[in-house]
Amino acid sequence: MSVSKGLPADAAIAAIPLPAAATPAWQRIALVLLGLAAAIAPIFVLESFHLFQLTMAVIMALAVLGLNIVTGYNGQISLGHGAFFAVGAYCTAILMSHFDWSFWPTLPISAAVCAGLGYGVGFPALRLAGHYLALTTFSLAVAVPQILKHKSIEDWTGGVQGLFLVKPDAPFGLPLSSDQWMYLVAVIVAGACFLLVWNLIRSRIGRALMATRDHATAAEAMGMDIGSLKTKAFALSAMITGIAGSLSAVAIEFVAPDSFSFGVSITLFVGMVVGGVASILGSLFGGLFVLFVPNIAEAISKAAPGVIYGVILILFLFLLPDGFAGLLRRIAAKLRGRG
Amino acid sequence: MDGLAHQIVAGIATGGIYASVALAIVMIYQATHHVNFAQGEMATLSCFIAWSMVQAGLPYWVAFFGTIVVSFAIGVVVERILIRPVANAPVLTMVGVFIGLLLIVGNATGWIFGYTTKVFPSPFTSDGPLLGGLVSAHELGSTVVTLTVLTLVWAFFRFTKLGLAMRAAAYNPRSSRLVGIRVGWMLALGWGLAAAIGAVAGMMVAPVVFLDPTMMLGILLYAFAGALLGGIDNPMGAVLGGFAVGVLENLAGAYVVGTELKLTVALAIIIGVLVVRPSGLFGRVVFSRV
Repeated sequence: MSVSKGLPADAAIAAIPLPAAATPAWQRIALVLLGLAAAIAPIFVLESFHLFQLTMAVIMALAVLGLNIVTGYNGQISLGHGAFFAVGAYCTAILMSHFDWSFWPTLPISAAVCAGLGYGVGFPALRLAGHYLALTTFSLAVAVPQILKHKSIEDWTGGVQGLFLVKPDAPFGLPLSSDQWMYLVAVIVAGACFLLVWNLIRSRIGRALMATRDHATAAEAMGMDIGSLKTKAFALSAMITGIAGSLSAVAIEFVAPDSFSFGVSITLFVGMVVGGVASILGSLFGGLFVLFVPNIAEAISKAAPGVIYGVILILFLFLLPDGFAGLLRRIAAKLRGRG
Repeated sequence: MDGLAHQIVAGIATGGIYASVALAIVMIYQATHHVNFAQGEMATLSCFIAWSMVQAGLPYWVAFFGTIVVSFAIGVVVERILIRPVANAPVLTMVGVFIGLLLIVGNATGWIFGYTTKVFPSPFTSDGPLLGGLVSAHELGSTVVTLTVLTLVWAFFRFTKLGLAMRAAAYNPRSSRLVGIRVGWMLALGWGLAAAIGAVAGMMVAPVVFLDPTMMLGILLYAFAGALLGGIDNPMGAVLGGFAVGVLENLAGAYVVGTELKLTVALAIIIGVLVVRPSGLFGRVVFSRV
């Protein structure tokens, strides 16, 4: 049974970067070009509804990436990342609808607000390992819609009705519809964040994050400042999920308290496990999964997505604890071994 | 003044519900050091089972005890099938399994019984006001029921051989196994018992909040708050914590923040306890040695 194998340990082994010599430079350049082409192609191929869905999948992937930093790479279980998603979305929505800001300048503001909030949540989280943190963030996720609906901030948040906003148009007279431009915006922002995290995880800080997860005492003995690492991981993770929230607000052109229910946090968690815990590529799969699987399942029944989510989550935990990314990695390793 | 007294009495009535769910959570936590996030959804499912029995024409108390038996069985089966295979897995896997269970049970309930709110019968009715209008018949009745359940559970663990074996299995599994206690089955029994206690709590709260698939989410949050306030490794503390949180919630709702922020009050209690005194009021302070 593969269950008894430790998740983090598996992931840590897998996360060791392959020696650069394994893939020649021309192959890597070709891969990057291929990836770029694959990312841009949908603009010209898909009609606007499917393009919108793909935009949302990219945004969810970014949100899952945020969760993966703190839960996957740093081992702090968060069941409440929907809260940061909501705060990011509301930051952008409030700035755009009350102050007539355009979309781009709201992005750094909402990133900063979410990072600050993440730091604030991460600080007490230092005292809370494992279940206590899961429990606190779970409660946060359940309480969020109620806080957003509250009368005292209704003038800003629009209360139960929420806020409406408008997608930005393509700049410089580019011949793109607003849906096409929105997709491109999501891809550019998400691409930048993925690159940032990719480099971070392969740096000194990334190794320190994983060391803290795998053996906190040993990491501390090696001179790592566990407290500061954990809070910073939380802040970065909240920031990235918040940016995803900002993108989702403009992509949907609407924010309301009930779209940020407890379900969002659970969705992100499921996406992370299915895509692959502590895997950057896995976050991308997670985003695609959480967007497209419920759509397919909803054809059966309103409640079906939840049941199917639950069943898939448990099946992955039992059979494929390193997620879809882990499965691909094993297949690739096998092929390489044969060839 | 009358208003305050009424708020406190009503708080004790809801506190009894929180105390029961908190006790269910603490029982599982003590035995396995895991928090069952699906405890609320399991109780909701039990309520729907009871509701179906009443709809089918069974008398209330037959449905009540029938549901307890069925819930107990569900608890045992869940432990055997889902929890046992991952007993030694990392915390993340465990939390994931609980979340999966929550999703499956919660949504299956909605799928089978629908999302329309249903009226759940209360067995306690009265013609006139009780104690000078201070308390409703259902509040009084449900408090008596929860107190009875809590006393029975306490007596079971204190005076029976099986209760002693379960406590031993939770406290020191290896030594218990060496003296012939079947630790695995003790855990399954604990899950069954927790599910049964949750079922009673659900059936007592359902007439008040009405029956729908999400009714226990808020209650679960308050039960968490109660369990943490009392100390998550101390059943007696968790029960007291549950009652305290019930009274606190009612007073805060009536005089401080209004009813719209009830869940936020629970969140504030949870964060407050964890920051100020993570072991709770009656919990053991745990030191980890390197």
